[in-house]
Amino acid sequence: MEVGILAYGGYIPQSRLQRSEIAKAHSWFNPGLKGLAKGERAMANWDEDSVTMAVEAARDCLADFDRDQVSAVYMASTSFPFVDRQNAGIVADALNLSSSLQTMDFASSQRAGSAGLSVALQVAKGGSGPILFTASEKRKTKAASPLELTSGDGAAAFLVGTGKVVARLLSAHTEAVDFVDHFRGENEDFDYSWEERWIRDEGYLKIVPDAINAALADASVKAEDITTFCFPVAARGVAGAIAKKTGLPESAVADNLQANCGETGTAHSMVMLAQALQNSAPGDKILVASFGQGSDALLFEVTDEIKSLSPRRGISGYLARRYAETNYNKFLAFHELVNMERGIRAETDKKTGLTTLYRNKGMAQAMVGGQCSQCGTAQFPKSNMCVNENCGAIGTQEDYPFADRVSKVNSFTADRLTYSPDPPAYYGMVQFEEGGRLMSDFTDISPETEIEVGMPMRMMFRIKDYDNKRGFRRYFWKATPAGASSKGE
Amino acid sequence: MASGIKDKVAILGMGCSRFGERWNDNAEDLMIEAYVEALADAGIEKSQIEAAWLATAIEEEHVGKSAVPLSMALRLPNIPVTRVENYCASGSEAFRGAVYAVASGACDIALALGVEKLKDTGYGGLPQRNRGSVNDMFWANASAPGSFAQLASAYSAKHGVSKDDMKRAMAHISVKSHDNGSKNPKAHLRNKINEDKVMNAPMIAEPLGLFDCCGVSDGSACAIVTTPEIAKSLGKTDLITVKALQLSASNGREAQHNSWDGSHFVTTRAAANRAYKEAGITKPREQISMFEVHDCFSITELVTMEDLYISDEGRAVNDVMDGFYDADGKVPCQIDGGLKCFGHPIGASGLRMIYEMYLQMQGRAGDRQRKEEPVFGMTHNLGGFPHQNVCSIAIVGKEGA
Repeated sequence: MEVGILAYGGYIPQSRLQRSEIAKAHSWFNPGLKGLAKGERAMANWDEDSVTMAVEAARDCLADFDRDQVSAVYMASTSFPFVDRQNAGIVADALNLSSSLQTMDFASSQRAGSAGLSVALQVAKGGSGPILFTASEKRKTKAASPLELTSGDGAAAFLVGTGKVVARLLSAHTEAVDFVDHFRGENEDFDYSWEERWIRDEGYLKIVPDAINAALADASVKAEDITTFCFPVAARGVAGAIAKKTGLPESAVADNLQANCGETGTAHSMVMLAQALQNSAPGDKILVASFGQGSDALLFEVTDEIKSLSPRRGISGYLARRYAETNYNKFLAFHELVNMERGIRAETDKKTGLTTLYRNKGMAQAMVGGQCSQCGTAQFPKSNMCVNENCGAIGTQEDYPFADRVSKVNSFTADRLTYSPDPPAYYGMVQFEEGGRLMSDFTDISPETEIEVGMPMRMMFRIKDYDNKRGFRRYFWKATPAGASSKGE
Repeated sequence: MASGIKDKVAILGMGCSRFGERWNDNAEDLMIEAYVEALADAGIEKSQIEAAWLATAIEEEHVGKSAVPLSMALRLPNIPVTRVENYCASGSEAFRGAVYAVASGACDIALALGVEKLKDTGYGGLPQRNRGSVNDMFWANASAPGSFAQLASAYSAKHGVSKDDMKRAMAHISVKSHDNGSKNPKAHLRNKINEDKVMNAPMIAEPLGLFDCCGVSDGSACAIVTTPEIAKSLGKTDLITVKALQLSASNGREAQHNSWDGSHFVTTRAAANRAYKEAGITKPREQISMFEVHDCFSITELVTMEDLYISDEGRAVNDVMDGFYDADGKVPCQIDGGLKCFGHPIGASGLRMIYEMYLQMQGRAGDRQRKEEPVFGMTHNLGGFPHQNVCSIAIVGKEGA
């Protein structure tokens, strides 16, 4: 039974911080950063983390696929919000998957993304149901570090399994080498990095070719037959040099998305693979390689099924959903790299009762409401008494998921009084087309968005509140404009 | 068939503290200030009070829970004392408790007192606080101005009123309340303003600017009620009696069912209909002499005047701009400055509104006294959010009217 990718999805946050603004802020200290000052990097909103981005990529990937068939959810990241609470489990819950599921986190390396996919493929080959694999990253970087400029936030997701694969796995090979180009120790927020020239010459150009050559040999595929080569490293010319060294065609070297996204950490090989699949045609051979204490190389062949895959946003769609952020201070504030006066209103305790959360997680994490089996009225939240004044039936509510339904704005405001990490706080009443409504927080309201009554909205999984006192965060769903984020797009 | 409250209870005495930033007074000091005035006005002894109700809404900022703080502050002689909280309708709830106690015959004289001490938070505006452990998981990060501001977007969309016309009418409402408040020595805000100042003020929650929002104040108000017969036996004449007391609470329709458009208050309409019926009022626009409505925000007042059936739906902007609700207009609204300028110590507000009606009907309202003698006065409180709230309405008037 051939194993491969059944579907792909992607997610890139809509705000794109202009690198020129970062370099300008630091030019007094490190004028050399000017060399990296071109283009823009994806910048997660204050209410996004690797889990929320993974959820969005997964929703994009699953599209209309029957979610009950998913047998496992894996997530790879080096920026998990929780060290001890399975992050893949939050993703699964937000997707309203059944509890009969294997969940697992892959971490601790820039290779976690490719390694996770490799493992998922192996497990799926063993005959399990389809596996949802997500890779997501929101890397913390020091102000004025090169990484601050070259990194970006984003996620990709793949449904892996047998059957109607859009890309079949031809081979996979891993080189495990404890080559420490950078590291992040326990309780450290930031990476500690060694010299780039050494990493290039002794790392990228020696370790990665070994993995690629082995994968090619394993599949009996010639290097010159590769259509697309995805290598996620930001440094200029590295992918080209590896291609040259391994005999891959120069034209196969894929755009590493430095110009419009930035390197999304351990997710980036997967982001590039999702992008490659989106741009592919049947028969294409896609080689994806990664780097991080060794190298993974995975080789895929695109099938005819790619043509019948339902439409999705993918990386391209999310790259197009953008606005240019020119305020570097906002980036500093979102990452708590500056000690902001947030006001006394920000002191409100955001403690979450874990019993309360568990009892209500269908509502709070999966956004499952209720529908009255007697009168058909949908409502959120679900309750034991129907909200329809002409019905009021007791105990008739059946689960009714709202997360993927489109709504319209009934009323809204932009609030500068309530505490928000990104004022003004936008919120309003949204009304779902098939029934049900919610006074909902809005998110991703760009400066170019003009909200109007009647405007179509869709829901996104986001951080509701941070409980910094206890290191907890709670998630919920927020409304965002359903169409293009920018006027004129 | 219930006959309603009309003329069963009379106001024996009322008191109200000065509202404002009472930096040097505790809630207990404010309670005593309102109580002393009310007791003197009633002309009775403390020992004649048989039951009392205390209203506070955000008690965690001052007195804490229970009715004990009132009993201790006033040194009440171990009589029944009850604390009520129902958002911004709390003061009206205390009044309702006392009035119903007297009407039932359970006691002859009862006291209602509301108090709030809001200026101990360290910042302007209402305290930022949690909404309940389950609600905190899904409620929007909403403030009071942000919730009420949404009336404007829904109202504009429904009635085709331009943003500019809305903003101008809202400005007129605030200018009027500042004019009225300037004549009220107990008011929190006594400065006059003009429409340009309102229109150009910093934005709080679109489209509400700073002057579209009422003051957040410290203060207390108190009522002592009894039966008309006892009032007369105590030597009172020209009694002010209770004509109607109504309350309406949201049931989830506005928040969860798509039959509400967001432009009006479902509860206010329900309570107003019942209140007019209880008071025997058939043409409110002609019969009600004056209003004190819950002008927490200018837009609330505008929409409320339609929900009370005074302005036709979609026509409040015109009435406002025509000066219909000005102090010298056909039916004054907020002649004491309203929540906007008298101030809004939550637990006290409902009682403060009745206090103004009581003064006006007795010709004791000083510089702001209405020349035409008022017959019926209507007060209105709206607690919570437009999409889930509690509305209380009281009509008081001259005995026999």
